[in-house]
Amino acid sequence: MTPIILALLLAATLPASAGDVLTDPMRGNVPILDEATPPAMPAQENKDVRRVRSHPMQPPNIPHKIDGYQLDKDVNRCLYCHSRTRIEETRAIPLSVTHYMDRDGNVRGDVSPRRYFCTQCHVPQDEVKPLVDNRFQDFETASRPPAGKTAPKSR
Amino acid sequence: MIRRGVDLLRRYWRVVRRPSAYYSLGFLTVGGFVAGVIFWGGFNTALELTNREPFCIGCHEMRDNVYVELQPTIHFSNRSGVRAKCPDCHVPHNWTDKIARKMQASKEVWGKIFGTVSTREKFEAARLELAQHEWARLKANDSLECRNCHTSVAMDFTKQTRRAAQIHERFLISGEKTCIDCHKGIAHRLPYIPAGESPSDTPGQAVPGR
Repeated sequence: MTPIILALLLAATLPASAGDVLTDPMRGNVPILDEATPPAMPAQENKDVRRVRSHPMQPPNIPHKIDGYQLDKDVNRCLYCHSRTRIEETRAIPLSVTHYMDRDGNVRGDVSPRRYFCTQCHVPQDEVKPLVDNRFQDFETASRPPAGKTAPKSR
Repeated sequence: MIRRGVDLLRRYWRVVRRPSAYYSLGFLTVGGFVAGVIFWGGFNTALELTNREPFCIGCHEMRDNVYVELQPTIHFSNRSGVRAKCPDCHVPHNWTDKIARKMQASKEVWGKIFGTVSTREKFEAARLELAQHEWARLKANDSLECRNCHTSVAMDFTKQTRRAAQIHERFLISGEKTCIDCHKGIAHRLPYIPAGESPSDTPGQAVPGR
């Protein structure tokens, strides 16, 4: 019984005819059995200009290169500039207070170990176009009434 | 015993002092000059042989630890193909400083013979101390080995990112800080630095929970 179901499932996922070739838009519309020419390595954005966050809880991404920055159990190169005690000198943006909170919500004197590895949430950006179509709308845009309609009056 | 030693010295002193009975003055001066050239050339050649990357990574301590760490950094692989090799940063170029550093390096020969950092564990344990020596040296000579290539006079701040230009203007040009103060760990991995243990303290590097 099971082999039959499996065979049916497999048949359903296979292309309808031999003429159809499977492609994956993430690979640039090259048939999956062919080797795609990889795109050129993009440059990391390095403009030092803060980007708009897509939603209020989004961890801000890093507007500069972090090539070769050491971030391990011994050293945190990010904190070299972004730590509370260094920002006067470096004029970097300090960590928010949430980074000093442990999981019980107590604010500690130093960065909480669970928030220590910056690149878990904060990442630099490459200068590339999105690989797939993306229709994400910012809340500001999405909550705006469509053209011709007025916003409902708040009660 | 002492008497015999003094006698020996006296005998040699007499030989050295006595004018030559067999060799002409010309032979002795020209011969001495030629011998001097050969000696000096040989000394310098041998010295320069120890100033090459293959010599540095001839020992596994350097090849497997610090050399591996150097390879992904900008000083080893970069767009223009200029490479800073071990002696460019770790051996002073000036002759007297170089000889002084070479004499200090006899400690490294001792370390090699007795296996002071012969394993990865031993190296990691000694890393902070070794790094501190280099930081202290670069701090004392105002980052001379950095400035052999990177002079602040030749730096075009408009070609730097705004962030880098501002920081260089405030700290480098004012002389408040020297290269190594901020650019520690640029060519090798940094060890954990306990607060107060680096020549220019770096509180940002305090690691939570230690």
